[in-house]
Amino acid sequence: MSAHTSNQALIDYTLHLADSSLIMAQRSSEWCGHGPVLEQDIAITNISLDLLGQARHFYQYAAGLINQSADHTLKPATEDSLAYLRDERAFKNLLLTELPKGDWAQTILKHFFFSVYQSLLYTRLQTVPDKDLAAIAAKSLKEVAYHVKWSSEWVIRLGDGTAESHQRMLTAIEELWPYTGEMFRAADYETGMVDPSTLHAGWLKEVQDVFAEATLPMSSESVYMHVGGKTGLHTENLGYMLAELQYLQRAYPGAEW
Amino acid sequence: MNQDIHIPTSQSPQAEKVWEVLKQVTDPEIPVLTVTDMGIIRKVDVHDGMVEVTITPTYSGCPAMDMISVNIRLALIEAGYREIRIHTVLDPAWTTDWMTEEGKQKLRAYGIAPPAETTARSRKLLFDDVVDVECPRCQSHNTRLLSQFGSTACKALYQCNDCKEPFDYFKCH
Ligand SMILES: [Zn+2]
Repeated sequence: MSAHTSNQALIDYTLHLADSSLIMAQRSSEWCGHGPVLEQDIAITNISLDLLGQARHFYQYAAGLINQSADHTLKPATEDSLAYLRDERAFKNLLLTELPKGDWAQTILKHFFFSVYQSLLYTRLQTVPDKDLAAIAAKSLKEVAYHVKWSSEWVIRLGDGTAESHQRMLTAIEELWPYTGEMFRAADYETGMVDPSTLHAGWLKEVQDVFAEATLPMSSESVYMHVGGKTGLHTENLGYMLAELQYLQRAYPGAEW
Repeated sequence: MNQDIHIPTSQSPQAEKVWEVLKQVTDPEIPVLTVTDMGIIRKVDVHDGMVEVTITPTYSGCPAMDMISVNIRLALIEAGYREIRIHTVLDPAWTTDWMTEEGKQKLRAYGIAPPAETTARSRKLLFDDVVDVECPRCQSHNTRLLSQFGSTACKALYQCNDCKEPFDYFKCH
């Protein structure tokens, strides 16, 4: 692998991590002011803020890498230009993160799937030779531990709750399960970083344990899995979200307040 | 990871003076705590008339960090320093274990329960909810967790079962 392609792979990988955190944060922030009860409104808003902070660290690192490379189409880059001025096809977030927030059951299940995956990924990422990625992972892992705990408790509470909450969780599983496969299928730029396929067994085990306590059934591993987000092929949901997220900086470049 | 580095030591007299300035800079969200109480100052270097301060963020998304950095700069300018550089490092990640005893006392007096456990222990307890948190108002240990997430990223919401007061708990990190 030439120095150029490996540097490009590292940039793409860092952007992938940043984008997943940013889109997850943006989607979850839609609950701000709309949470089912005040404490949970505050909880999900705090979690969004944690994810936004992680995204900022990854974007800052990616911007530095881009600016150091001889020629890069995104140069000159800042954390803001990477979040606000890239088009939909340049985003490398997991499809799971961009799906509509749905009801509380769907939001909870999405956070559960995602935070268990993030905790396994960051646990490994904190030991990679790249010191910057390792440091961001170690820092983020402390926050993700709380996200795993919070979402696990809610999965149990809703799954093993009323007939209606149980039914809503079943619907959420049906909706979201086909988007979980993408987490464990490596994109080209993941070569040499953490191989996501090696996280799959651990993820299934944690999901299975919590589902068992929540009296929820596991889905089949053989259902069709949607992929594409990691390489910029998104569902129609991302464009609408970016339109809202990026509008101000696109319409009034460099606006500050 | 070197365990000793959490308390920066062996300061030059010039660096000591900078530390005295930093002891006056407070956290915008918890104004009773200074940046030195919080343990977020990692390093102070003074050379050739230049001051370099290295800080580490508490939480990734803590909106107070940018402001803390500005406030440190302003305090140093006010103290007569002109060439100031502020660096941010993530490694090693900040932990509530770095909060000073004095900082914990101030938090308690302010009505926020300080971190009760060391992080080594809290990781193990994460799924058990048996952290012993003392009510900052009546000192009862008969308290319960209302929500893991409180008014800011660093706090959880508790309630005292004896005096009934809800209160913030600065959670372990
Ligand atoms: Zn009390």
